[in-house]
Amino acid sequence: MALDSAPVLEAKNISVEFGGLKAVDDVSFAIPDRSVVSLIGPNGAGKTTFFNVLTGLYKPTSGFVTYDNEDITGLVPHKIAERGVARTFQNIRLFGLMTAEENVMVAMHSHLKAGIIGTIVGTPKQRSEEREARAEAQALLNFVGIGKTAKEFARNLSYGDQRRLEVARALALRPKVLLLDEPTAGMNPQESAVFVDFVYKVRDEKNIAILLIEHDMSVVMKVSERITVLDRGTKIAEGSPAEIKSNPRVIEAYLGKSAEVH
Amino acid sequence: MAIITRKKASKKPRAPFSQRTWSIGFFSLAVLIYIFYTYILPHTPDGFQSQIQTWFPPSALNEALVWVIAALGLNIVVGYAGLLDLGFVAFWAIGGYTAGWFMSGFFNQWNFHFGSESAKVIPGIHLSFWLVLVIGALICAFFGIVIGAPTLRLKSDYLAIVTLGFGEIIPQIFVNGENIHGFNLSNGTKGISPVDSIGIFGKRLGPFDLNYKYMIFVAMAAFMVFISLRLRSGRLGRAWLAIREDELAASMMGVPLMKTKLAAYAVGAISGGLAGVAYATHVNGIFAERFQFSISIILLAMVVLGGMGNVWGVMVGALLIAWVNSTGLPAFGNEINSTFNTNINFPSYTFLIFGALLILMMLFRREGILPESRLKLLMHENDDESGNEQPHDEISEEEDL
Repeated sequence: MALDSAPVLEAKNISVEFGGLKAVDDVSFAIPDRSVVSLIGPNGAGKTTFFNVLTGLYKPTSGFVTYDNEDITGLVPHKIAERGVARTFQNIRLFGLMTAEENVMVAMHSHLKAGIIGTIVGTPKQRSEEREARAEAQALLNFVGIGKTAKEFARNLSYGDQRRLEVARALALRPKVLLLDEPTAGMNPQESAVFVDFVYKVRDEKNIAILLIEHDMSVVMKVSERITVLDRGTKIAEGSPAEIKSNPRVIEAYLGKSAEVH
Repeated sequence: MAIITRKKASKKPRAPFSQRTWSIGFFSLAVLIYIFYTYILPHTPDGFQSQIQTWFPPSALNEALVWVIAALGLNIVVGYAGLLDLGFVAFWAIGGYTAGWFMSGFFNQWNFHFGSESAKVIPGIHLSFWLVLVIGALICAFFGIVIGAPTLRLKSDYLAIVTLGFGEIIPQIFVNGENIHGFNLSNGTKGISPVDSIGIFGKRLGPFDLNYKYMIFVAMAAFMVFISLRLRSGRLGRAWLAIREDELAASMMGVPLMKTKLAAYAVGAISGGLAGVAYATHVNGIFAERFQFSISIILLAMVVLGGMGNVWGVMVGALLIAWVNSTGLPAFGNEINSTFNTNINFPSYTFLIFGALLILMMLFRREGILPESRLKLLMHENDDESGNEQPHDEISEEEDL
């Protein structure tokens, strides 16, 4: 199984402090190559903060992050994205007034080479590069199943299509690891069920590792090969879905101590 | 969990006219105007000629074109990349002084001629107009990067304040630049005049060769339009728009924010420089006290009023406002005064009328005269679908902890 493979993205002893508040406390976490792993925890557990450390939005107070055995701690976000760490957002952050195709092509920025002069002159190289990028964008849109919306503004897409477009845009970075921040938020149970298959399709056809932050337990249990649980900034459990389900500390974190009494 | 099913009537982004139609229209109109002023106007009756001279003098047309060139540059900064710049006059001034330095007898301690049609015996630095355009553009691009590098890290409001300061400082340097440790940089409030005439095909244009200058300015405006459209459709233009839409998401998609913003600044500054050089040849000199804050504001108004992000809208906005400022309002005032026997000084109310116009525009047509199709969509989205809530607003955002 994919869990045995070498980690593509690894966080070691990450701590993040805001003022005196420890949002994340000494958390280590590895994403094996081509695995599907999840990060769960109650509200305020530090999931999003941890996510933001992985993508370079926050600098950890201590600890470091490696990608492909290279230290990427504290790199600016676009450098991390360029290397191959792609993400989606909990509250969709598409470029609303750009078309679906343009949205995807923005994420190809680091792969395209055309400079200012080349673009103005319209060199054959620039033109063919643009053509290829457009074709690649269309292929990605087809891949996530919204190929027909290429010329529509992102803000006009339906909610589910916007979620799909976010994945297509992230994949345009040609990442080795894709971080999904609450991808099923706002989806109904049927859509969530379809989503589980979609995650595996992305993993298998694009050969990448996937990390989810997710609230919906049914999705998490179905999709994850390994689950890590955060509570109040610390890692309280890690293991397979079955192990997590029966872990008393996890139950306590989610339901509170009194749950055991009754 | 809320079940959200949502289908919106899809609006296809389609401009009423394609870029090609607009380009052809622009060139035909430019040529028609040239033919009119050069060949037809001299043969028309005197009454008609004087009417034209009152309402549409060729010099006002040329000046309006200078505004167009600068406004197109500001459009890249404000309209494309979404960076508010309140100090664009600085680039205009720098471009103007570049012309003052390199194509006049101002630096009469040196005598250097290159490609200029002016007499070799006149001391000073006399370079070809075309070369000065390049130099002005390069100097402005340099200053665009210098001022941009430390300030573009700021969030938009703060950036606006810093550019405002820059727009005040540069003209002040020129006003007081008469004696910088004994070196006369700008001739202070006296300004630098005259500036060499434009040389074209070995011919020297006199200061009143307005028709030739008109064609040159049209070509420069066309150049800016071309650059804008090409860049907009390419890799850099997409990155600019992405930054305008959502800076954080753009950086997460591998767009280097600083580099991309700096590029917008530099390209915008280049057009400010071109406009400055053109302006110097238009007024045949360069005068420090003309570079006031109001120029930055008028340019911004041209961009906003015309239609942010759409080069043709910005062009229409710039022509219109420049004409109202330079000719329309005074001519209209004279007409009123002579008809009703009043004595109102209309040009002194420029900014009053201007302000009122802007307020009206913002009330009734926020997207500008000729908006970019995507902006129009944004501005009118709530008009027809006021009952339709945005779904992602319903999802509570987890605090960043």
